[in-house]
Amino acid sequence: MRDLLFEPFALGFMRRALAGCLALAVAGPPLGVFLVLRRMSLMSDVLQHGILPGIALGAVFGGISVFAMGTGGFLAGLAVALLAGVLARATGGREDSQLAGVYLVALALGVAILSFRRGVDLTHLLFGSVLAVDDTALILMAGAASIVLPTLALIWRPLVMESFDPDFLRAESGHGAAIHLAFLALVVLAVVSGFTALGTLMSVGLMMLPAVAARHWGETLSGQIAASVILAVLSSVLGLLLSYHADLPAGPAIVLTAGALWLVGIAVGRRESLLRRLVRHRHYAG
Amino acid sequence: MIALENLTCLHGRRPAVHHLTGRFEPGSMTAIVGPNGAGKTTLLRTIAGLHPEFEGHINRGARLALLPQAPTLERGFPITCADVVAMGGYAAATVFGAAADRARVDEALETVGLNGFARRLVNTLSAGQFQRLLFARLMLQDAPVMLLDEPFSNVDARTTADLMRLMHRWHEAGRTLIAVLHDFELVSREFPRTLLLARDKIAWDQTAVALSRENLLRARLTAEAWTEDPALCRDAA
Repeated sequence: MRDLLFEPFALGFMRRALAGCLALAVAGPPLGVFLVLRRMSLMSDVLQHGILPGIALGAVFGGISVFAMGTGGFLAGLAVALLAGVLARATGGREDSQLAGVYLVALALGVAILSFRRGVDLTHLLFGSVLAVDDTALILMAGAASIVLPTLALIWRPLVMESFDPDFLRAESGHGAAIHLAFLALVVLAVVSGFTALGTLMSVGLMMLPAVAARHWGETLSGQIAASVILAVLSSVLGLLLSYHADLPAGPAIVLTAGALWLVGIAVGRRESLLRRLVRHRHYAG
Repeated sequence: MIALENLTCLHGRRPAVHHLTGRFEPGSMTAIVGPNGAGKTTLLRTIAGLHPEFEGHINRGARLALLPQAPTLERGFPITCADVVAMGGYAAATVFGAAADRARVDEALETVGLNGFARRLVNTLSAGQFQRLLFARLMLQDAPVMLLDEPFSNVDARTTADLMRLMHRWHEAGRTLIAVLHDFELVSREFPRTLLLARDKIAWDQTAVALSRENLLRARLTAEAWTEDPALCRDAA
């Protein structure tokens, strides 16, 4: 048992991957909870596909360095997020079909651009590899987390207000659009920074699945965020072990683990779970 | 005082409110009424600074507070009643300080009849309780001018009476109140002044005068007229 759980992390590359994923597990899910509550889950789909052309361009022009690809991915992610915002406004909130169009094109474009660049392993880029977490990648992940958390704390109050009553914030302060943009930038940063370990297609999973599952455990906003972080940390540790033992790419292994934990929440979570439905408690008198 | 000067609020090129001039005097209590689609909400949002498409001038003399229409809020968001009320203190708060005094929040909740609700989540409230909560937040904003957009829709008679009493108290304290409403009977009973709107200003006067039968008929006819292919307004800027 001890070998199964701890032995893999005696290896340097596993420890690096773990450190990076834990940083993202702490920073990403709080953003995911806001995305879920603001009914912006689709935005995460758009981002996971949208950053690929940027990463590909980074690889073509800057070489296969985490820094070049990360910068490209961040810029592409911002561009796609802004485009999504413009589409939402232009269609009066019925942007879902247009967003699907955007991410389909983005994915195809990313793969097409990458075909110009030899030596890039597409599987690693899309699904992640623990071996790809070098010093730069680790700094990127930890750096992203170090930016996301304090910034989130700083914009927390207006962000909550904007999520609950956007007109109120606009009328009171006029910072509504700036808060929204800052939030989107944080989401892009969290998604992009995980691409080495988790892959571009999978790094959203570590952010969103724990956030989706959190509603089965937490009631208040802070409760849900705490639950999402705990689930993401568990997913990272167990997922990396799964990746090691079953020889799976790290991204899918972690996301599958997060998915399994989600199922646990649906089955036996504290709120709105199957268990809650089966076990009837006597109702209160008032 | 809020002065409107030749104000035209637009949705694209269509005017929702057309060449409106007039003033809400300090300490006045005015109902804005009119048929559906008359531009009432657009006018209120324009005054609040939330609707940027307009021509003409608005002179806002003082700080405004808006009570928005309930459906524009995300009622499923998991925050507590106390947090919602505390939002009212946002404009006066510092980044690292508390948004509002706990005591003031509790007092506001008590005033609107929501004792003991501080830690309840808003997604468990009924429509009437939710409206009371928005009134509590409005109290904390403590603005000399209060704009209320359909404060009594989906609210039962008792809640309406309670909240109306609160509005009269604010009126007596010298605040300027402007409310978009549907219920003509309520307006005749409770509001000293009325702006009857049907895209154009039909009447803006003491309530009894503004809501004359002739004016109401005119308002209905104007609102029902809709042209596929309207001519350009000759007074357009």
